[in-house]
Amino acid sequence: MSNKTLTRADLTEAVYEEVGLSRNESAALVEQVLDEVSGSLISGDNVKISSFGSFLVRSKNGRIGRNPKTGEEVPIEPRRVLVFRPSQVMKERINAG
Amino acid sequence: MIKSELINKIAEANPHLYHRDVERIVSTIFDEITGALVEGDRVELRGFGAFSVKERPARIGRNPRTGEKVPVAEKRVPYFKTGKDLREQLNK
Repeated sequence: MSNKTLTRADLTEAVYEEVGLSRNESAALVEQVLDEVSGSLISGDNVKISSFGSFLVRSKNGRIGRNPKTGEEVPIEPRRVLVFRPSQVMKERINAG
Repeated sequence: MIKSELINKIAEANPHLYHRDVERIVSTIFDEITGALVEGDRVELRGFGAFSVKERPARIGRNPRTGEKVPVAEKRVPYFKTGKDLREQLNK
């Protein structure tokens, strides 16, 4: 394991090398893809990318939480959370050697 | 939304690009993320979220039907933590 962290810059570089676009346009396209995925999820529509995985929006009911430090009860509002379910293909690749 | 719909949206917003290039761009982005996770690397996309790999140690599982003990090998599972901006936007 190399334990690096990839960022937008690395995705931009990969797009730049894959398609004959400028680095600026490559960066803009990476952003557009992330924005489209985010926008779909914000509108409540799940996103499924084959052989990668699914981003699912789940609704959580409100409940009474507790501040673990003070023991004080605090209400947790109903909210929407995002979960990522990796595809079988991704799970297998990550565990293959 | 599925991948082909995502590709179509990006293609519509970029009429100067060939459709097949948009397909390659979208695939490259997700392949790059998968590739990093296969290497055990993290992927951090501020505002959107971060992908990482968590190690699950080997454990003794049980066949729920027979109650029989079965060894489960250690494995690595991909994990996604939603970014702050996206988490907040989901609850506006």
